[in-house]
Amino acid sequence: MMTTSASLIATWLVQQTPPQFASSGIVNALWLIPAIPMVAAGLIALLKQPSKKAAAALAIGGLACSLLFAIVAFIHVLAAWGSSAPTREVVNFTWIDLGATHLQLGWMLDPLAAIMLVMVTFVGLLIFIYSTGYMAHDENFTRFFCFLSLFAGGMLGVLIANSLLLLFMCWEIVGLTSYLLIGFWYHKPSAAAAAKKAFLTTRVGDIFFLLGIVWLFANTGTLLFYNNGAGAMEPTALATLLSQPAAWGLTAATAIGLLIFAGAAGKSGQLPLHVWLPDAMEGPTPVSALIHAATMVAAGVYLVARVYPLMSAGSVAGGSTISLTVVAWIGALTALFGALVAVAQNDIKRILAYSTISQLGYMMVGLAVGGVAVGIFHLITHAFFKALLFLGAGSVIHGCDEEQDIRRMGRLWKAMPITFATYAVGMLALSGFPIVFSGFWSKDAIIGAAHNWPVSKGPFVLLLIGALLTAFYMTRQVFYVFFGTWRGDIHAHAHESPRVMTVPLAILAVFAIGLGVLGTPAWPWFTSFIESKSLTLDWQGFSEPGLISLMSFAILLVAVGLGTGWWLYSVKPIRNAEQEDVLEAATPTVFGWLARRLYFDELYEATVLRWYAALAWFSDWLDRRVWGGIVAIVSNSFRGLGSVNKSVDSQWIDGVFDKGCDELVTSGGVLAWLQAGRAPGYLRLMGIGVLVLAGLALALGAATGQVRL
Amino acid sequence: MIFGLSIIFILTSILTVAGALAAALLKNLVHCALSLTVTFAGLALLYLQLDAQFAGFSQILVYIGAVAILVVFAILLTRGSGIPEYRNFSTSWFAGLAIAAGIFALLAWAVLKSLPTSVASAAPQVTVQQIGLALMSSYVLPLEIVAVLLTVALIGAVIVAMPESRDPKSNSTQGGAE
Amino acid sequence: MTPLAAFLIVAALVFAIGFAISLTRRNAILVLIGIELMLNAANLNLIAFWRFGPYPEALTGMMFAIFSIAVAAAEAAVGLGLVIAYHRQSKTTDLDAMTRMKG
Repeated sequence: MMTTSASLIATWLVQQTPPQFASSGIVNALWLIPAIPMVAAGLIALLKQPSKKAAAALAIGGLACSLLFAIVAFIHVLAAWGSSAPTREVVNFTWIDLGATHLQLGWMLDPLAAIMLVMVTFVGLLIFIYSTGYMAHDENFTRFFCFLSLFAGGMLGVLIANSLLLLFMCWEIVGLTSYLLIGFWYHKPSAAAAAKKAFLTTRVGDIFFLLGIVWLFANTGTLLFYNNGAGAMEPTALATLLSQPAAWGLTAATAIGLLIFAGAAGKSGQLPLHVWLPDAMEGPTPVSALIHAATMVAAGVYLVARVYPLMSAGSVAGGSTISLTVVAWIGALTALFGALVAVAQNDIKRILAYSTISQLGYMMVGLAVGGVAVGIFHLITHAFFKALLFLGAGSVIHGCDEEQDIRRMGRLWKAMPITFATYAVGMLALSGFPIVFSGFWSKDAIIGAAHNWPVSKGPFVLLLIGALLTAFYMTRQVFYVFFGTWRGDIHAHAHESPRVMTVPLAILAVFAIGLGVLGTPAWPWFTSFIESKSLTLDWQGFSEPGLISLMSFAILLVAVGLGTGWWLYSVKPIRNAEQEDVLEAATPTVFGWLARRLYFDELYEATVLRWYAALAWFSDWLDRRVWGGIVAIVSNSFRGLGSVNKSVDSQWIDGVFDKGCDELVTSGGVLAWLQAGRAPGYLRLMGIGVLVLAGLALALGAATGQVRL
Repeated sequence: MIFGLSIIFILTSILTVAGALAAALLKNLVHCALSLTVTFAGLALLYLQLDAQFAGFSQILVYIGAVAILVVFAILLTRGSGIPEYRNFSTSWFAGLAIAAGIFALLAWAVLKSLPTSVASAAPQVTVQQIGLALMSSYVLPLEIVAVLLTVALIGAVIVAMPESRDPKSNSTQGGAE
Repeated sequence: MTPLAAFLIVAALVFAIGFAISLTRRNAILVLIGIELMLNAANLNLIAFWRFGPYPEALTGMMFAIFSIAVAAAEAAVGLGLVIAYHRQSKTTDLDAMTRMKG
């Protein structure tokens, strides 16, 4: 990817048509934001292991620079929003000239990109700092930071991409680094397998994504999002796509939208491509925090937000499009599924993983039913509190000496107070504890939009159940981990993590609370910012019909969930690790299903993987028997030819030569017989010779007239 | 004049050919040598008929006077126990005869098939003085060479025919015919 | 038959007979005799052609014949010396027995 970026820059420099510059400096320099971490990754790769200080310094320094640039860009967009200048600026350039068409790449800066940039760089920076403490004893420290930095560069590239092609390239970088980081401890077979699973599952989504890209390019001739009216997300192209029919009565716009959503579903762990996310917890906890909570999984949501004009094209007023309906339903189902399975898990990180799957479902529903701002707001808030939760879990694991089973923890609120406090903040934010925490506002916005969705109330119901379950399982987890009696090793004592790990936790907790301010109906800063609308503080926003009642109902559900969890897991404290879970005792079969993740992995194993293994076996057989047989036949025929050649050579050619030599010897003997040594014999021969020659000469001479006879 | 040829010619040619035949067919070697002498004489007469007097007389002098004597001497010197132990003619005498006959046939055919020449010109008056002059002027080189040749032949023949030295120290044969 | 042709026929006849002697007789000396006859026949040819040729006053033919006689004499001497030497060696003059040069 170093060469890719270098070649990009090089081609950009030598192209004939001048690039389309934006008016402001920061937008022209926007490409530095992903480039600096990538360069840092390259430099770290050149370092000798272990150079912990240098690697950490390069990575953190690189991302800090990106953060600075992102803040500058954010301020720029804020200023543009305030002065009602156009908030979207693009820089496009031609990358490859294909004769009639050319492939263009470009980056853009608009409110969505700006807020995402700040979020990713900020959360990323906190996680980098946390990792210096978490991975301090790991011998592959340098490699870790190299991959982290590369991941950051790739993710930032996805955020600023104005071209689906550039987005896809950075998408692949992100996928690659995710694979590298999940399988960071590759000597563990489970980690290596998990990395492979993640890569392959997202690959399935990526194939559909690529198909969508190609189809889009074929129909509209451009992959740029915005290009002064010629971009793919702009009305002209959308009209073209809407008029093209695809199969089964769908338009090309719908089909392309669904294909692109398939890619997003893979990356964001929607049903049925979610199976890799829980296994991805094999990676180090900072990786889980950064990639699988805050950023990479959000890339799928971000992609849907980017192509939202395409997906919402052709919608009638008050209705929705087919693609958005599909997105909403899949998101809702995912939300419910994740919440259900999280109830029955016992690994602290796996609970959070399924929680992430569930929340991603919420985000997708938010995008589909409420628009870009609703979904992205939840994404931003979720990034902060989920990263907080993961880092807190990492702190817990670190403090319990790498213990990850919640049944072996307990009473940690005393041993790790800061971790407990921040974890509690994160848990309440995730559950949607009202008013104070940001999760309440973002989740409520989604539920409200789902309630108002004209197409169906199904997602609304599913989301409500999911909210209940979310509160429940988070309470369960907190009580298992932090309360009750210590169920771990008798002789081990948990200890608080070092400050380099707890300070980021505290910072994230502050944001988990504070961000809620941005999304209240009275002051919808976030929505206005994303949509570049004007903003007013309007307490009348609360008096939308049905809003208060809906919010109350949601608060009630959250209370029910929290109460049930408290009652089940705290009133009757859990004494020892082998003690059966309360729910497990009550409903063993259902709990068993949920614990087995609703048998999705087994289903895939039995069907897809079996078919795939059969195909692989068949290909191998084909290769060895058929193609190998052909090769063997050819080689054997050549060997046969060679032996024929050899026999011909030895028998005929050599034989001829030997016979010739024998004949020569015989004729020599014959000729020797002529040389009898007798003079008269010689004379006779001479006489015969004279006769013949003279006769010939005379005859020929007479014939030709030279001799007149 | 029989067939346009003079009697003298016919007689001398018969004499020559008869002598040659006798040399071919006689068993006794000395008889062969003597008939060879007759042939030489016949040839000399033929030379005289051709107005080559010097050639004819030198033929008599050299051939009859030296070569024939030499041959007789050689025959006498190489007599074994008098009676030859081997047959006179070789086993494949017919092949030789055939080849000789073929050569004669070729030559005769060539001669007879040729166009007739003009009548002989007047007899040349060849004096010994002319021959001497020619020898000393035009033919001086061949003369000298022949002189050298004769000298060498003389010395060579002496060396070749000389009996080996009866030196008991050297047993190896010197320069023999082997 | 012109006189020239007659002389040539005679010369050819003597030549053939000399050739036959060389080929058929077993004694080495007789072979030399045959050679002498052949040389003589060639001499006769020379003289005949000299006599009936265009320039008899140039003496070419006669000179040639005289030199031929001289050379023949020398050659006869050497040849006979060889025969004598061989006879001294192996006590025979049988040509069929002289096979030392058998290849």
